[in-house]
Amino acid sequence: MSDTSKSMALHLGLIAVLFALCFALPAYHQGNLARVMVLATYTIGYNVLFGYTGLLSLGHAMFFAAGLYGLGLTMHHGGWSPVPAFLFGLFCAAFLSAVVAALALRTIGVAFMIVTLMFAQAGFLTILYFGEWTRGDEGFVIQQAARQILGFDLTDPIVRYLAALLLFSSALLITLRMMHRPFGRLLVAVRENEERTRMLGYDVYRHKLLAVIISGTISGAAGAGYGLLFGYVGATFATVQYSIFPLLYVLLGGAGTILGPFVGTLFMFYLIDITSGLTNAYMLFAGCILVLLTLFARAGLMGEIRKRWARWLP
Amino acid sequence: MTLLHTEKLTKIFGGLTAVNDVNFEVAKGEVHALIGPNGAGKSTFVGLVSGRIPATDGAVWFEGENVSKLPAHARIKLGMAYTFQITAIYAKLSLYDNVALALGQWDRDAAADALDKVGLRDRIDQIAGDLAYGHQRLLEIAMGVAQSPRLLILDEPTQGLAESEIADFNNLINGLRATTTILLIEHNMDVVMGLADRITVLDMGMILATGTPDEIRANQRVQDAYLGTSHAET
Repeated sequence: MSDTSKSMALHLGLIAVLFALCFALPAYHQGNLARVMVLATYTIGYNVLFGYTGLLSLGHAMFFAAGLYGLGLTMHHGGWSPVPAFLFGLFCAAFLSAVVAALALRTIGVAFMIVTLMFAQAGFLTILYFGEWTRGDEGFVIQQAARQILGFDLTDPIVRYLAALLLFSSALLITLRMMHRPFGRLLVAVRENEERTRMLGYDVYRHKLLAVIISGTISGAAGAGYGLLFGYVGATFATVQYSIFPLLYVLLGGAGTILGPFVGTLFMFYLIDITSGLTNAYMLFAGCILVLLTLFARAGLMGEIRKRWARWLP
Repeated sequence: MTLLHTEKLTKIFGGLTAVNDVNFEVAKGEVHALIGPNGAGKSTFVGLVSGRIPATDGAVWFEGENVSKLPAHARIKLGMAYTFQITAIYAKLSLYDNVALALGQWDRDAAADALDKVGLRDRIDQIAGDLAYGHQRLLEIAMGVAQSPRLLILDEPTQGLAESEIADFNNLINGLRATTTILLIEHNMDVVMGLADRITVLDMGMILATGTPDEIRANQRVQDAYLGTSHAET
């Protein structure tokens, strides 16, 4: 089997397993996994920029929130139906990422981190400023009656799970396809050696710009999906904490691997879920395990697997 | 016919004039060597030509077109290729990926052919960073050649190569002569005298002399500044 077909089989296999789990899992874990899949979609978006292009952003919460509020505000105040509201959320995230990219990409390295962090902070404050519509920290709920698509009730656990799976597998397959194509390989080339890539005749800036837009739009899709499936829109999702989460998930799961975002998100979610059942000091457990992972699995879980056993993993 | 020429090309770093009013010309089809003592401005000069370093003043013409305003990647697309003095490959990627990026397409046969020219065909699936230093140099040359450029700029390509590899390098360049114009910065005088059709000597950012290898060898000023031959010997 060629490397490409091996990886197609693996990723389609994961989607099939997740599909089967929908009918096998108890309700509690079914709900958890739906949430994990939406957050993993966010992490996949983050990974396009951080893992593959090598640009560390500390402001991705603004793209997640752009999708979330793009959908939430139009549904809540405008009475839009879910599909156009979702598309509007995508548009908001794409537009915001294009603007942020055009400005932030004038900087590199630490400056890029700071600039993205500041933009996200400005985004967060904007949400608070327009509290009359956004209801700030408190947020607002999208009513069950509005969360219907073609007769499917998105608040129903099974429908919600399958919708989350659809969102997640779309993001997974899009990035997988991208990494098998020259465009994706060029992003890796930019990450590995920007100057060499420029001196091979590639427009590095254009590739970085597209990477930010793709990354921001996928993150926004996750935000819009989150609002639609879980029915809550609040400013917490625009805080710096939500910019750090995908970074953490990606580092755990393996930066620059297609499966890493899912593995990292799932791992972290259940690490907190299980340890918080044992003790109040669950962050201590989480911290220790993170320290161990950074000591012994620097490349993250999937990154180590790729390094040791499966060089063909994309 | 002229492939490349520069007009009063100048680069000033802070207070230091690294390249000073250089009018330089490479004819189509020749192997043109650029020599000069350390710090003469050779690498800076080819950086200005390729667009890697922005010029302070002056113009670069390539195939009759003024490319001074074009960014580096656009000049490369017009048919320049550039190999770095300090090896610049994708250390974490395979040789195949390295060459494919230079070729602009993921075609395994084409990549294998490109690697074959420097004797690295068998190592196509190795990680570039695992290669010995000399082999990394050869990979970089292979990447330059793979771009099928009209002008191939090589910045000290034989640095760190073994004698046998230098012989192979000479053969490679002689094989390219028919199709590619080459601008070569080189310290190894045997390589320069063996390969170059014309030589330009740069010193203190200015052109000291241009001519055939024999003319350069006989040039008194070049001997004083660079070749180090004492007058009494001649």
